[in-house]
This record gives sequence, C-alpha cells and structure tokens, in this order.
Amino acid sequence: MKVDLNGDSVYCYTNSKDIDPERPSVVFIHGSGMDHTVWTLASRHFARHGNNVIGVDLPGHGRSTGSPLASVEDMASWLVSLMDQLAIGEAALVGHSLGSLIALDCAARFPERVRALAMVGTTAPMPVSDAILDAAKANEHSAFDMLTQWGFSKRHQFGGNRNSGIWMVGNTLRLYERSADGVLFHDMAACNNYQVGLENAARVTCPVLMLLGNEDRLTPVRGTRQLVAAFDSPTIEILDGAGHTIMMEAPNAMLDALHRVL
Amino acid sequence: MSAPDYPGLDTLALHAGSQPDPATGARATPIYQSTSFCFPDSDYAASLFNMERAGHVYSRLSNPTNAVLEERIAALEDGVGAIATASGQAALSLAILTLMGSGSHIVASAALYGGSHNLLAYTLPRLGIDTTFVDARDPAAFAAAIRDNTRLVFAETLGNPGLDVLNIPAVAEVAHNAGLPLMIDSTFTTPYLIKPFEHGADIIMHSATKFLSGHGIVIGGLLVDGGRFDWDASGKFPTLTEPYSGFHNLVFSEEFGPAAFIQRARKEGLRDFGACMSPTTAFHILQGIETLGIRMARHVANTREVVEFLGNQEMVTRVGYPELEGHPDQALAGTLLPRGCGAVFSFDLAGGREAGIAFVDGLNLFSHLANVGDAKSLVIHPASTTHHRMDAEALAAGGIGEGSIRLSIGLEDAADLVADLKQGLRAAARSMKTRADAR
Repeated sequence: MKVDLNGDSVYCYTNSKDIDPERPSVVFIHGSGMDHTVWTLASRHFARHGNNVIGVDLPGHGRSTGSPLASVEDMASWLVSLMDQLAIGEAALVGHSLGSLIALDCAARFPERVRALAMVGTTAPMPVSDAILDAAKANEHSAFDMLTQWGFSKRHQFGGNRNSGIWMVGNTLRLYERSADGVLFHDMAACNNYQVGLENAARVTCPVLMLLGNEDRLTPVRGTRQLVAAFDSPTIEILDGAGHTIMMEAPNAMLDALHRVL
Repeated sequence: MSAPDYPGLDTLALHAGSQPDPATGARATPIYQSTSFCFPDSDYAASLFNMERAGHVYSRLSNPTNAVLEERIAALEDGVGAIATASGQAALSLAILTLMGSGSHIVASAALYGGSHNLLAYTLPRLGIDTTFVDARDPAAFAAAIRDNTRLVFAETLGNPGLDVLNIPAVAEVAHNAGLPLMIDSTFTTPYLIKPFEHGADIIMHSATKFLSGHGIVIGGLLVDGGRFDWDASGKFPTLTEPYSGFHNLVFSEEFGPAAFIQRARKEGLRDFGACMSPTTAFHILQGIETLGIRMARHVANTREVVEFLGNQEMVTRVGYPELEGHPDQALAGTLLPRGCGAVFSFDLAGGREAGIAFVDGLNLFSHLANVGDAKSLVIHPASTTHHRMDAEALAAGGIGEGSIRLSIGLEDAADLVADLKQGLRAAARSMKTRADAR
C-alpha cells in the first residue's frame, strides 16, 4: 500500500492486506540502497502467521518518493510517524544493517512503540570504509560492487541459493543499481555517523535478537562484542556460512530465529 | 581500495550455484532424481507452498540439481535468475506466455532458427499472438514494425542461416524506447562469446542442447532474466505488475523487484505448462558447462582454420563467416564478438544441389545430421534435407543456395577436419565432372 507522509508517498508491502488493529504488527526495515523486496519471504511468512506485516521502503528508496533522510535518528523518527499514520501503536521491528540501527534507535527512544527488536547483519558503531563512502559519494558502480562482494560469505559468492533459480549476487547488484544517485551515500554516511548505538542499546527494554553471519565481512561478528554487552540479555544467533546478506543467504534459518522473539 | 574482482567466466562455469552436497559431501552436483521432497511438518509445507521459505516441493516447479544449473547460467550471463526447461523451444514459449496473451504482437528478426520461426509464424497466431518478421540487420525495421500491442522484440545473436550479427545495442534502444524488452537467443554464442545483457538485452534464452551441454546427448533449454527491465515504468505487462489471482493476488514486480519476470515464469508458466527439465539432463548440461570456456575457444580456433581453408578452394563460391572481409557484419562482429563468431556457418559450393549431395556423402569424419553445437563436427545440406521441398527460388529467398552446406565445427584436430573436407570437395568435383561428361 501507499500512504502519504510529510508530503511524500511511502510504499509499504503488506501482503496485499489492510492493517488490522486486532493483530500484532511486524515492521521490516531494509538496509542501505535496498528496498522492501529483501524481506519478501519473511514478510509472507509472518503475514500467514497472523501478523500485520509492513515492509517499508525508506524515503527515496524502492517505491517511496522523497529524498533519503540524513541520519539514523531522522529515519527512526520518520518510522514512528509512519506507524502513527498506519495507526500501529506497537510493533516488532526487524531491521537489516542500516535498518537494524533504525530499529535500535526506535526501540531506545520510543520504547512504548516497540515490543521486540530483531537486528540482522548488524553492529554498533557501524563504521563504513572510506573506500565505500568515497565511491558511493561519487556514485561509482564500484560502491555497489564492493557491497555486493563483501556482502556475501566467500562460499555464497558462488551462489548455492536454496531459493530456486535466483542468482543472489546478481539480484543484489540489480537492487543497488536501481537506487538513485546519492541514495547509497546518504545511507552509508548515516551508518557511519551513528555514534549513539551503544548508549541506546543500554536503554532498550524489549526482547532483542541479534542475528549474525559468521562469515560477515561488512559487520563481522568480532565487532559486535560491545553491542552485545550493551544490551540486557540479548538473544544471539550466529549462522554458520552466512555473510552480511542473511535474508538471501540463510532465509530459512532467519525465519526460525525470528520466531524466537517475534 | 577497489572492489575485488568478480570470479571469471571459467571459474563460474565450474563453481557457480554449487556447494559440496550438504547431505553427503559429494563434490559433484548430485542428480536429485526425485519427483517430490518431504516436509518436516505441516507449517513448513505451508510455508513452501506460500513462498515463505526456500526449498523444493515438486520437480516440475524446482529441483536441487536444476537449481544449480539455473544459478550457474544466471551467473555466467550476469542475470538475476534462470529457469531450466525441457528444450530451447520450451524456454522461448515460456518467455512469450509469461509476457503476453491473446491480442499481443511480437517483432522478430527474420533470420531465426526454423523451430522458433515455426512457433512464431504458425502456432502462436492460433493463440492470438502475431509476429512481424524484419531484417535482422536493420534496427529501423524493428522500430517501424512495433505496434501498440507489441510486447516483445526477439532476435538471435547470430542469425540463421547467414550469421547476421545482431546489433544488440541498437535494437535494445529501439525496444526500450517503445517500453519493450529485448529477448535474445544466444544459443550459437554462449556467454563465452557474448553476454547480451552487457549490451542492453533484457531476457536471454538458450538451447542448452547445443554448445552449453556440448556433446549432443541431451535436449534442454534455459531462460535467463537480466533484471534491469522496468516492468512498472513500461506499463504494458499486467502479468508482472498487477495482482495475480492465481497466487493470492501476488504482484510480482512488487514482491520480487528485479526478479519479477523469472519468478512469474516459474510460478505460473512452469507450473501450468510444465515443460520442466529432467534432473539428469541438468546434470549432463552442468558437466558440459564446466568446460565451456576451453571448448568454445577450441570450437572457434578450429572454425577459423576451416574457414580459411574453404576460402581458398576453387569450388567454394562463398564462405559466410562474419570475421571474413566482405561479410556485411565484419565490423560489428569485431565489436560485439571479439572472441569469435561461433562454430556454425555455411558456405556455397559450385555445382548446385547435386554437388552438395555428393560433398556430404563424400565426408567421413563429419556427421551428417540435423543438429549443431556438438563436440563432434557436423554437416548438413539444407537443399536436400531440412529445406528439400523448396525450389531454387524459394531457397534463395531464405538466403540458402542449392549448393549451400552448413557446418558445425567440433573439437577434432583441425588438420583432420580439413582433410575430410578435401575428400568431400573431391567427391563434389567428381560429381560435377560426371554430369558434364554425361552432357
């Protein structure tokens, strides 16, 4: 569905259903330069399991109009405004990479709106290399290439997708290529500049899942220790053989893990 | 710092899509010769049927062996996904029936494989889908033939029988300006010689029967989605952009983004028309693809030697290979096909139909049959076989002479191939002399 928010049109994937106020809600938030389609399998699953599902396209991404927002905090505030617009009081938030930081910021600043937090392919702080930032700023294709190649585990550079017939490296690259000039840089800069992740994690009171790939080269497991320590009793799932793009690399294991907190 | 290089074609040809078998550790891709796959529980089953989990239900829809092949060809073509089909014809039919219905129109090159021409010219009109055939060398002709109800532009990388080199960038621009996808049959070239998506194509089909499998042992097709065509912006493809009542009002472009076309083709066309590939066939094609690079290089090297030989023979009046001076597409071939123009070409013999028959009958190493793209060299004389009902005038209209011979050059020693062709030429010469003496 499309909703108007702050003068822009926002696309939300809802599994072709209206929001039912009697049902629990799950909001899926994509990562940098991506859109809601990275969550298609998971969205369909939780819709069938009795949830309202809302797969958002952030401003300037996918089917949403407008310009990308400058900071994770702005994106979190925007997300809460969107929940207001959809009359969703409380939701479980599932975010990937940049989306996980948005979800974290929401859970810390708007605890009454977040009943569970699932962070997929994540860490905080989330520093971005100068090479990626520079390439993204210059709108060079190499930024897409770096994120695509480092976004998969080494074994998944050669595929092995259980979702038949889909070459996940190519599909990811096409998604990046669909993003307008400047969008990826905005997103990566927002990740890089978000410096309050640890203190916000300490404020989170809802159940937390951190879903990590043991071969993640963009947000490696070893870099998550501070974030793990900052949360109060998070559930940590480390998926063998997965890299950063867990939704494609380990879609079934991700669903099983999400069920533990959603 | 720059991005690491993507794996090269030869590496992808060996590894893309495959992992050591999780059940047994087998390094080769196993043949999962099973019609169906067990569900751990009812909810898992429901999630597979509802496209929530990755996995397999029934081998008409997907199969683990086929999935490796599908990923491999998608990787080699730099696409987003692929479907393995029962034949190349099945891949073409699947693409067309995914994109359009009755009342639609296709603009196609006139220089098509005969099987494709049959489908477009005779069979699809019964379903209300018409085709206008245009000169493959004239992008303006493609543009002029496009109508309001056109839904696809279709051509081959190398046309039949004259090896017309398609100007893919120019024809893609024509198609895209009209909001249409360009589909390419890349059977003769394979991703070793050209990757049509890099030049603007949107969909690729292969008869994997030919060079991809490479050994003349299986029939199979592959349909590949490039993932760049904007179906929503075009507005001409409701099968991809509007709710599908056959799957709970799923809108493929919304749910699958770049992979909308290939997902619809699987969820509808493969499901309903059922022209799926056998897992054993997929295994054989995977074995062929593992050596695609070295085979294609040898195919082309041998072809160049044979072409050079034939070009110096008095009895040969024409050799139709795009790398030769005088071929109308020589410059374009140099740009689009720098690694070679494949291993299938035709040449004309002086002496007409009888000389052609004598030539073919005089060969020993070349196999006389109706196929191309085998590891073994093949020959056919169209005027006495595939086009035997046509008189000289009708043949000429199709770009075929009474003495035309089509060769598919294999992987034998080139010197042995040349020696065999010499034998055939001697037989043809004897036939001409006998006829002359009789007169």
